Amino acid sequence: MAKAQGLTWTIDDADHMTQAEIYGETLTQIGLKDKRVVALTADLARSTKIGKFEEKIPERFYNVGIAEANMIAIAAGMTEAGLIPVVSTFAAFASMRAAEFVRTDLCYQKRNVKIIATHSGTSFGQAGTTHHCTEDIAIMRSFAGMTVIAPADAYETARAVAASIEYPGPVYIRIGRGFEPPMHKSLDFDFEIGKAIKLRDGRDLTIIATGVTVLQAMEAAERASQNGVSVRVLDMHTIKPLDEDAVREALLDTRRIITVEDHTVIGGLGDAVADVIARSGKGCAFKKLGYQDCFSMVGYYEDLQHNYGIDADGILDAIGVVLKAEFEQDEDWEDEI
Amino acid sequence: MLDAGERKRLKTKARELREKIIEVTFTCGGAHVGGAFSQHEILVALYYKALKIDPKRPAWEDRDRFILSKGHGGVGHAVILGDLGFFDPALLKEFNKTGSPFGMHLDRLKVPGVDFSTGSLGHGLALGLGAALGARQTGKSWHTYVVMSDGECAEGSVWEAAMAAGNFKATNLTAFVDRNRFSLDGPTETLMRLEPLDKKFEAFGWRVLTIDGHDFDQILDAIETARAETERPVMVIANTVKGKGVDFMEDKTAWHYGGLDEATRDAALASIRKSK
Repeated sequence: MAKAQGLTWTIDDADHMTQAEIYGETLTQIGLKDKRVVALTADLARSTKIGKFEEKIPERFYNVGIAEANMIAIAAGMTEAGLIPVVSTFAAFASMRAAEFVRTDLCYQKRNVKIIATHSGTSFGQAGTTHHCTEDIAIMRSFAGMTVIAPADAYETARAVAASIEYPGPVYIRIGRGFEPPMHKSLDFDFEIGKAIKLRDGRDLTIIATGVTVLQAMEAAERASQNGVSVRVLDMHTIKPLDEDAVREALLDTRRIITVEDHTVIGGLGDAVADVIARSGKGCAFKKLGYQDCFSMVGYYEDLQHNYGIDADGILDAIGVVLKAEFEQDEDWEDEI
Repeated sequence: MLDAGERKRLKTKARELREKIIEVTFTCGGAHVGGAFSQHEILVALYYKALKIDPKRPAWEDRDRFILSKGHGGVGHAVILGDLGFFDPALLKEFNKTGSPFGMHLDRLKVPGVDFSTGSLGHGLALGLGAALGARQTGKSWHTYVVMSDGECAEGSVWEAAMAAGNFKATNLTAFVDRNRFSLDGPTETLMRLEPLDKKFEAFGWRVLTIDGHDFDQILDAIETARAETERPVMVIANTVKGKGVDFMEDKTAWHYGGLDEATRDAALASIRKSK
C-alpha cells in the first residue's frame, strides 16, 4: 500500500507519544488541586495513561477490571457524593460496550461524569476492527445531554480535559492512541467548549475538521495555497454542541465546504455540518471525508488515514473536486442566514 | 426482634399501601403489580423503619441512598414516597398519563425522593456500588440499599457489579434480591436457572442472608446484620411471593403486569383487607 506523503512520523516513533500522556498528566495536576476528581479505568490504566493519576493519587483511583459498563454505572453512582469521576478506556468499549449505561446512567440522569475515550478512529491501526472505533461520535451525539469533543492534539486534549471538569454534565472526549503529532505549538490558544477555532482564513473553500484530521487539513490548506487556492480551516473540536455560527459563516463566505473526521461519514461531524447547511436554505458544494460505510482494514494509522482519504493528500484531492463542483446559488446569497 | 406494636404498625402500613397500589393500578390502566407486591415488605421496612431520610429534604446530602434496581416496581415505590410526603399523593392519579412525572419506571429528575432513575435491569447494583464507594471516598456515613429482581440476575452486568463490590469490600452497600421466582416469561428456574443463587453471590465475595421477604422481623434483622458487617457487602436473598397479598394474583406470572377493571379492583381490595 502507498505510503502517505509528507508525513514524518509513524506510530513506531515514540518521540511523538504525546496526546494520551499529556491528558494523563493534566488530569493528575487537576486531581492534585481538586479533591472532587476521581479516576476510573477498566484494566487500561497503562494504555490510556490515566495510570499517571494512579501514581500520584492512588487513593482516588479505581480500576474496576475489564468491565466497562460497570465502570460507567459506578461512576454515575459516585456523583451522589459530589465527586467528579473521570473514566478512561478505549473508545470502542466506552461508546459501544457501555453505550446503554452511558445513555441511561449518565445522560438521562444528568450525571457529572467525564469520559476520556482513547484509541478512537483507526488510531489503533494494527489492532484491527475490534479495536478501531469509527462510530462513537455518531452514537454519543445522539444521546440527549451529551457533550462530544475530539481534540486535535495533546495540547488541545489538555485544554479540553481541564474545561470539561468545569463544564456541567457528561462529556465525551475522544482522543487517539497518543502517538499523534502536535497541531498547536503550546497550550497558549483560545479554547472554549462549543466554539470552533479558525486556524486559517480563506475565501475559496472551508475545511471543517475534527480530531487528528485538523493537522492534515492544515497541511492540505498550505499545499493548496501554493496553487493559489485560499482555504479556511476550522478546528471543530466540539461536535456537540456544534458551533453553528462558524458553519454558517463558512457557508456564507466560501460556499464550498469539506468535512474531515477519523470516523464514519454517517452521523458524525460531516452530518452535523450538513444539517446546518440544509437548514440554512443555501446551496453549497459539499463533501464529507471519513470512512465511507465500511470497516477499516488493518495497518499503520498513517497508512489507513491515507488509504481512506483523510490525510493531507486525500483532503487536497477533495479540494480539487469540490472547487470544480457546481451548485445552484440563490439570488440573495448575501442575505443573512 | 420487633416489639409487637412496631410489627403491627408496619403490617398495617403495608396493607394500607397495598390498597393504594391497587387504586393506582386501577386508575393508571395497568402496572407491574405482581412485582410491586413481592418487593413490598422490603420497601416498607426500609422506608418506614431503616432508612435515614427526610421527606422535607429529598436532596439532603447525608440521607441514605435507595435504588430500586427492578425499576418496574416503580408503582409500589411511588405510592410509598407519596405516602411519606415527598410529594402530594394526589398527584398519583396522573400515573402513566401523558406528560405525567410518573411512568412505570421512575425518573429521579421528576419524582422527589427517587435517588436513581431505573427501569433498565442490571444497572442498580453498579449504581449502588458507585454511591457506596463515593460515600467512603468522601468520608460520608450514609448507607446505600439496592433492591433487585431475581430475573434481573440473568444480566451479566449484575455480576460485574457483584464482583467489584466484593473486591472493593463495599460494606456500606446492602442489596436485596426480591426472589419471587418469576420473570416475565415464566419461572426463573425453568427459563434461566439462577440456583444456587446464594452460593453464586458468596463466591463473588458477598455475605449472603436468606430470609422470608414478607416477614418484617427477618427483613429488619437482616438490615441490622448488614449494617454491622465489616468485611463484606451483604446480599439478602428475600424469598417472596409474586402478587403477595391478593389471593388471585399470588404466584401468577400473568400478574407481572396487568390492568384492573372495577370488579377485579374490588376483589383485590377485599382480598387485601381480609389478610392479616
